[in-house]
Amino acid sequence: MKNRLKILRAEINMTQEDLADIIGVSRQTINAIEKEKFDPSLPTAFRISKLFNLPIEKIFEYDSSK
Amino acid sequence: MEQKISEQKIRRKRLSIRLASWTLGWTLTMAAATFGYKYFWEGDAFLIALSVLINLAIGIGMILSNRNLINDFDELEKKIQLESMAITLGLTVVVGLTYSLLDITNLIPMDAEIGNLVLFVGITFIMALIINNKRNR
Repeated sequence: MKNRLKILRAEINMTQEDLADIIGVSRQTINAIEKEKFDPSLPTAFRISKLFNLPIEKIFEYDSSK
Repeated sequence: MEQKISEQKIRRKRLSIRLASWTLGWTLTMAAATFGYKYFWEGDAFLIALSVLINLAIGIGMILSNRNLINDFDELEKKIQLESMAITLGLTVVVGLTYSLLDITNLIPMDAEIGNLVLFVGITFIMALIINNKRNR
């Protein structure tokens, strides 16, 4: 799944560690999501969506080729 | 939010320390049951049974403590654990039975020891964890 997490995080000068702490996951998980190696669960996607005050589809984009 | 963050870290630390304590307890009671039988209470059926039962009870505590820690992991950490456990279980069954077969058919000069299999499980799981962690970094 493609995502804009890294860009959104950079816009508010937030580190991976800070984001991980707020969302309640490890920094490794945030890194894996940003590198598109790992798709987050629905609850995690909703927490990210709520944090950036954006709909999920504005952050994550389904990639049917993968 | 700050409180929630520190609560998570404190809980993870507490669960890790609890698992380490149970593991240490299990290792010590295993040593006590093994060497106590050899050097201290050989022939005393009550003490032998007691030491084995205590070791078994602490072993169950260790398993439950490990389950509690894994339940606290996030989704990626759980995935890494699951993949590592799957590899370890598969290799243990296949390699363990091959090892047993080598013993039965006398293709190896010594008896197949369960200790070697436990060592193999430990090394395989650690290697699988390292590889899966690197893959998902």
